[in-house]
Amino acid sequence: MATEEEAGGLVFHPMDQFVIKPLFGDGAVNWYTPTNATLWMALAALAITGLLVFGTRGRAIVPNRLQSIAELLYGMVRKMVEDVTGKDGLKYFPYVMTLFCFILFANFLALLPKSFSPTSHIAVTAVLALLVFVGVTVLGFVKNGAHFLGLFWVSSAPLALRPVLAVIELISYFVRPVSHSIRLAGNIMAGHAVIKVFAAFAAIAAIAPVSVVAITAMYGLEVLVALIQAYVFTILTCVYLKDALHPAH
Amino acid sequence: MISLLQQTAPAVVENTETVVSTESAEAAGHGADAAHAVAGAADAAHAAAGHAASAPGMPQLDFTTFGNQIFWLLVVLAVIYWVLSRIALPRIGGVISDRQGAITGDLMAAEEFKHKAKEAEAAYDKALADARAEANKIVAANKAEIQKELNAAIAHADAEIGARAAESEKRIGEIRASAVEDARSVARDVTAALVESFGGKSDQNLVNEAVDQRLKGALQ
Repeated sequence: MATEEEAGGLVFHPMDQFVIKPLFGDGAVNWYTPTNATLWMALAALAITGLLVFGTRGRAIVPNRLQSIAELLYGMVRKMVEDVTGKDGLKYFPYVMTLFCFILFANFLALLPKSFSPTSHIAVTAVLALLVFVGVTVLGFVKNGAHFLGLFWVSSAPLALRPVLAVIELISYFVRPVSHSIRLAGNIMAGHAVIKVFAAFAAIAAIAPVSVVAITAMYGLEVLVALIQAYVFTILTCVYLKDALHPAH
Repeated sequence: MISLLQQTAPAVVENTETVVSTESAEAAGHGADAAHAVAGAADAAHAAAGHAASAPGMPQLDFTTFGNQIFWLLVVLAVIYWVLSRIALPRIGGVISDRQGAITGDLMAAEEFKHKAKEAEAAYDKALADARAEANKIVAANKAEIQKELNAAIAHADAEIGARAAESEKRIGEIRASAVEDARSVARDVTAALVESFGGKSDQNLVNEAVDQRLKGALQ
């Protein structure tokens, strides 16, 4: 705190928004404690249910607004799964849709003032990425057996290069969950922290208008990032799934 | 690491404080040096604790909260997956395929209606053509009948005109013949009178012959 107070009376706590606190009382955070992370993940689930279940309750041939949005999301993710993985990937569409909806709604809800962003936590994104990684790897071996290893054996390359490429492919394969998870958490965390820093500058009256404009601009960018990161995470999931279903290069 | 510090720092401070109190109580006679050293240690511990508590570290790396987050994340994911796969996605998929079906059905119905409209139009055209042909036929028949009647009337009129013309001609011929005869008898009478006035003796036959001779070509 000493270093922060030195900065001309400004107080920067850009990371405090990410602190996980129990919802009730000040006790320790055990694995079962309902925390602010729990609350905002639950709100995401609630919002998803609201849009995709409540919004489509009319089952109308001519959809109303909510139903059109729900159908838009459904059509977008389904088309993505079908385009990237092919027809046989549609079996896993509900899971991909779950990932997409969760990340999208967590990201968007995190943009509300005073909210908490679960997807800014590496614990959350790492679990999401590992679920995909482990799931895809297991699926690849179950579906293709040892043939799945052909993913690392680039048969179109010259024979001498193949072992080298295999090592590179293997490394890149295992780096996937890392990049997959850090990309999401890093983007969300960075954006929110930057907004917080700009907000702290608003304490100086002369800089406040600039700060407000900067926050507005960052907010717009973050809205974009929220959607794009959800999309990127989902499409990478589809790509990995394609590798598991069709390991041939 | 940081979280570890956070946890241990207060404990360290606590320990140091108890040590300070007990030691200062017990070893009051040890002199100012020892007490000073202990106080210095306590200060250092306090500083360490303060630094750990306010460290600008990332809450993301606080591993004590990982279990909590992962547990709730899995719960939420399971709930979302259940809701989506059991309720939302089948419903939306059903709505979309229903709509697709409705659109296809409507398109087919529209195609059928179009076909029917075309058939009706063809039937209408055919009826119209038939009616027109019928009308033409009737017109032609009427025309032929009228023509026939007209021809008959014209022929009748022609015949009447011919008869009347012939009759008139005959009467004109008669008139002319009687005129010629009158002229001849007058000429004969005049000739006979002339011959007698000249002192000749009029021979009726000679006179007749001479008059006929002169009149030939003049009359007719």
